[in-house]
Amino acid sequence: MTAETGIGARVRRKEDVRFITGRGRYTDDINRPGQLHAVFARSPHAHARIRSLDTSNAETSPGVVAVLTGADLATDGIGPLPCGWMIHSRDGSPMKQPPHPALSVGTVRYVGEPYAVVIGETRAAAQAGADLLDPDFEELPANVDTASAQSTAPIHEGIPNNLCYDWTLGDEAATDAALASAVHVIELDIVNNRLIPNAIEPRAALGDYDAGTDMLTLYTTSQNPHLARLVLSAFVGLAPEHKLRVVSPDVGGGFGSKIFIYSEETVCGWASKRLRRPVKWTADRSEAFLNDAHGRDHVSKARLALDANGKFLGLKVSTIANLGAYMSTFSSSIPTYLYGTLLAGQYTTPAIFVEVRSVFTNTTPVDAYRGAGRPEATFLLERIVETAARELGMDPAELRRKNMVPKDAFPYATPVALVYDTGDYQACLDKALALSDYAGFPARRAAAKARGKLRGIGLSCYIEACGLAPSRLAGQLGAGVGLYESAEIRVNPTGNVTVFTGTHSHGQGHETTFAQVVSSRLGIGLDQIEVVHGDTSQGQFGMGTYGSRSLAVGGSAIMKASDKIVAKGRKIAAYLLEARPEDIDFEDGVFRVRGTNQAKTFGEIAFAAYVPHNYPLEELEPGLQETAFYDPQNFTYPAGAYVCEVEVDPETGVTRIVKFTAVDDFGQVINPMIVEGQVHGGIAQGIGQAMLEACRYDRESGQLLTGSMMDYAMPRADDLVNFDLDVVRTDCTHNPLGAKGCGEAGAIGSPPAVINAITDAIGVRTLDMPATPLKVWTALQAGSAAVKGS
Amino acid sequence: MTVKVTTTVNGKPVSGDVQPNTLLVEFVRETLGLTGTHVGCDTSQCGACTVHFDGKPIKACTILAVQAEGHQVVTIEGIGQPGNLHPMQAAFQENHGLQCGFCTPGMIMAGIGIAERNKGTSLSEETIRAELEGNICRCTGYHNIVKSIAAGARDM
Repeated sequence: MTAETGIGARVRRKEDVRFITGRGRYTDDINRPGQLHAVFARSPHAHARIRSLDTSNAETSPGVVAVLTGADLATDGIGPLPCGWMIHSRDGSPMKQPPHPALSVGTVRYVGEPYAVVIGETRAAAQAGADLLDPDFEELPANVDTASAQSTAPIHEGIPNNLCYDWTLGDEAATDAALASAVHVIELDIVNNRLIPNAIEPRAALGDYDAGTDMLTLYTTSQNPHLARLVLSAFVGLAPEHKLRVVSPDVGGGFGSKIFIYSEETVCGWASKRLRRPVKWTADRSEAFLNDAHGRDHVSKARLALDANGKFLGLKVSTIANLGAYMSTFSSSIPTYLYGTLLAGQYTTPAIFVEVRSVFTNTTPVDAYRGAGRPEATFLLERIVETAARELGMDPAELRRKNMVPKDAFPYATPVALVYDTGDYQACLDKALALSDYAGFPARRAAAKARGKLRGIGLSCYIEACGLAPSRLAGQLGAGVGLYESAEIRVNPTGNVTVFTGTHSHGQGHETTFAQVVSSRLGIGLDQIEVVHGDTSQGQFGMGTYGSRSLAVGGSAIMKASDKIVAKGRKIAAYLLEARPEDIDFEDGVFRVRGTNQAKTFGEIAFAAYVPHNYPLEELEPGLQETAFYDPQNFTYPAGAYVCEVEVDPETGVTRIVKFTAVDDFGQVINPMIVEGQVHGGIAQGIGQAMLEACRYDRESGQLLTGSMMDYAMPRADDLVNFDLDVVRTDCTHNPLGAKGCGEAGAIGSPPAVINAITDAIGVRTLDMPATPLKVWTALQAGSAAVKGS
Repeated sequence: MTVKVTTTVNGKPVSGDVQPNTLLVEFVRETLGLTGTHVGCDTSQCGACTVHFDGKPIKACTILAVQAEGHQVVTIEGIGQPGNLHPMQAAFQENHGLQCGFCTPGMIMAGIGIAERNKGTSLSEETIRAELEGNICRCTGYHNIVKSIAAGARDM
């Protein structure tokens, strides 16, 4: 039974039926009696002082119930939105964190920043009221640019040079020595383009306060409802934790953007308490563009030192990271511990030094977006490695192979604070080269040339660090939270099972994958297992889903809880079968006295536990229910090799991906079908970053120019191809599943593969993302002009 | 001022009093409570609100509820139910054509339209990709959606 449903089986998803029949239940699908609607007044300016705000006409507008501002929040003791990770600068000083009120007071610092909320009987009434707000703005100079932010006017009082922190990692002296002694030094300036996450479900919140019980229920689109409850309770002061229930039902994609604690859910919860009626808000897409935390936005300089044979000697990186106008919930950690630590990649570079200056600008806050820091590190590293290969006249695959951490060198400690537990990078590369017919590329290039087209091929060998851990280390590095995960398994009296996880599924398929883990462990069918998540009133505390952590950390907690169930079941079976617990075997859902045919099924043991007529009540409590918290010893380290092949039309710059190959090592895979889907989606987002997507602000006015799906190029079906996938397996050595995590790999590995392929096709050294036809065509023209002129 | 709309949704006559500027998608979701049809953008780009209007897929955010007067509207709830799935719904599950599920109803409704428009031809991957241009998915990279629509079309 469990071979078909357990670990490794390509099981169809349990959650699908409700989604394909229109029975999913997303936050905006929930309505409460007497519900009011919130419309937020948002700054039309990138930077302005609010001289005054006349709310009188809005207040008397028909159907308007209340107009609330930041002053009202302060009166009610609702605190600013915190950043949960403390970073220290190289001089030891703490990062400079400006206050981030849920509704701004006095000054607005980016276009779209909410400064008031109008609450009405209907959304239309609230909108009509909001249109009657009369703010008097005094515009101030604004800066949206990352590179120049340190030399523009400060946007927060007391934060000179708009510098949040100046952080470093690694041995600068050793790296400088490596650069000084190198035969070759490759230098590259690299921009990592700013992205807008755009989960297709817009964010939403519904606050529902019950004055009779003093209980506030907040329905919201969160990737981590328990964490939202903790932050909203302990830091924002919305309600005591036991009087706050956060429910995130079906959530339509997150990609990081739904991790964070935003203004709108804070305000809906608070306003519901204040007005004693449910208050609902659902973002329209324009608000999503303006307000959901953006991703990436790095400007870097990198230098790679190599010896005469192409061995990497040192890597020095200087990065400016744009934080936006305020610090989002985890924004400080993304360009530091999730970026600098990844700069060794798959290679044995002995000396690495990175400095990161994170700056404030008049833009939407920036935080984790699929990959979060790791795509930025991978793009930088795989671009400079590719460039080195070309400039040294080496095969890019060979240069990588020469520098890879060998298979027998694990565990491998990098010079940037990580210890990789396991991997086989050469095997991934070999497989990817074979699957992509790398050897046959010159012939394909020649054939394309004969047709007037330019073909290019690009590699990318990535590493990522998932399942951020252990909590003790995270705490030492400045994290304000733990990074364990919890699980609870309730065996019901009839022998079926309800599993509660602290992770949250918003597309990842946990209801199936976790059920497969339990099916394998307890020997019961998938239809006997229900996985519950997303409601703080049901499951115990958990940390949620991000950073490809759910299986490696949450799945391991489920394994641990399952083991406890089996251990107790063994004791019950021993009593019933008159044997010693150590003589009881448990296999395929049956407890058996070793070497006999004396046996009890899992269901019989469950029944005995809840109807304990014949039960060792003196030694054992009735019931069969166990909880577990799992705190990993280390990160997990998925890795892989990607190959992208493109064809460029030199007449137009139009670039077509003709083949995309991805070979990943995720350790043990529970459901290959789901894992492949995760890789597909990640690659699509990575290709989006590389070829289509760019968040653009007007440099003068600070207005968001890419504020709709008509202006921001989302990848569509006809922009992409089918992807060729394969795997290499080296199991994670420190979690019970051997699992490494697969959610972000595609978005991390693919952008450099694409840009390496396009620059190979058109023969240029650098090309900023996204490589639009205009950019490719312009680069080609500049290239041919240079050739003609020389 | 409200106006009365009388139309047929999923084969049943329905009516409701709405503001004249109410969009069909708002009527379906808010007046009728059929929340399977989703809203993903403000600019008729994402296709999450795709329904069938007199048998053809349209974006329900592009027309007013009053324009549905006297027409036949079918939403995702109307094409198949748990235990009795439409072949296109079954194909999405079979081929892992969905992840978060938010764009899925629109994808299935658009997919049925693609299958019907190309009936009698061998439906190529290229055709599916081209005709799916009006529906955006952020999760799947389209690989398995394309596969699902091809399979669903074969079974229809």
